[in-house]
Amino acid sequence: MDMEVFQLVGLGMVAAILALVLKQHRAELSLFVAIAAGAIILLMVTGRLVGIVTVLNDMARRANLDQSHLSVVLKALGIAYIAEFGAQVCKDAGENSIASKIELGGKIIILSLTLPILVGLIEVILQVLA
Amino acid sequence: MSVDIIFKIAAIGILVSVLNHVLNRAGREEISMMVTLAGIVVVLLMVIDMISRLFNNVKSIFQLY
Repeated sequence: MDMEVFQLVGLGMVAAILALVLKQHRAELSLFVAIAAGAIILLMVTGRLVGIVTVLNDMARRANLDQSHLSVVLKALGIAYIAEFGAQVCKDAGENSIASKIELGGKIIILSLTLPILVGLIEVILQVLA
Repeated sequence: MSVDIIFKIAAIGILVSVLNHVLNRAGREEISMMVTLAGIVVVLLMVIDMISRLFNNVKSIFQLY
């Protein structure tokens, strides 16, 4: 199970070499090799992510943390994960401007997601001050 | 696992580039363009399936509904 890292590295190296070979002739298909390798690598580790999220949920429940707050954190994490993936793909394709727009969009979505918590925090501060 | 998809994509890429060379030498530029397009579409269909699986996994893990 822990030998997954060798699979990961081997897969990445093979994909990099194949992408390099394809780049001279068909740059667009070499991009697809890179995308497929990225998706497979991420899919390989999402199984472990389930365990991590379960442990986090368990710890939050033990600490009597508000369940909605942890869910917001997890959502932000997921959005960051996906936005990063998309941005990297665009960067690989040489479209740096689209990549930075994807990142900006992800940041705005995360900000709008976390705004209720921020408002709650400010309300608590105001209550303390009053 | 689905690692062989990378080899499939690379094979399609090499095949398409060889076909392109041959067709260009034979003076069939328009068909070689179509071959390129077909290769891209086939590979895109293969990759999109995997990306949607990744997105669905992330969606269910991080409770993004």
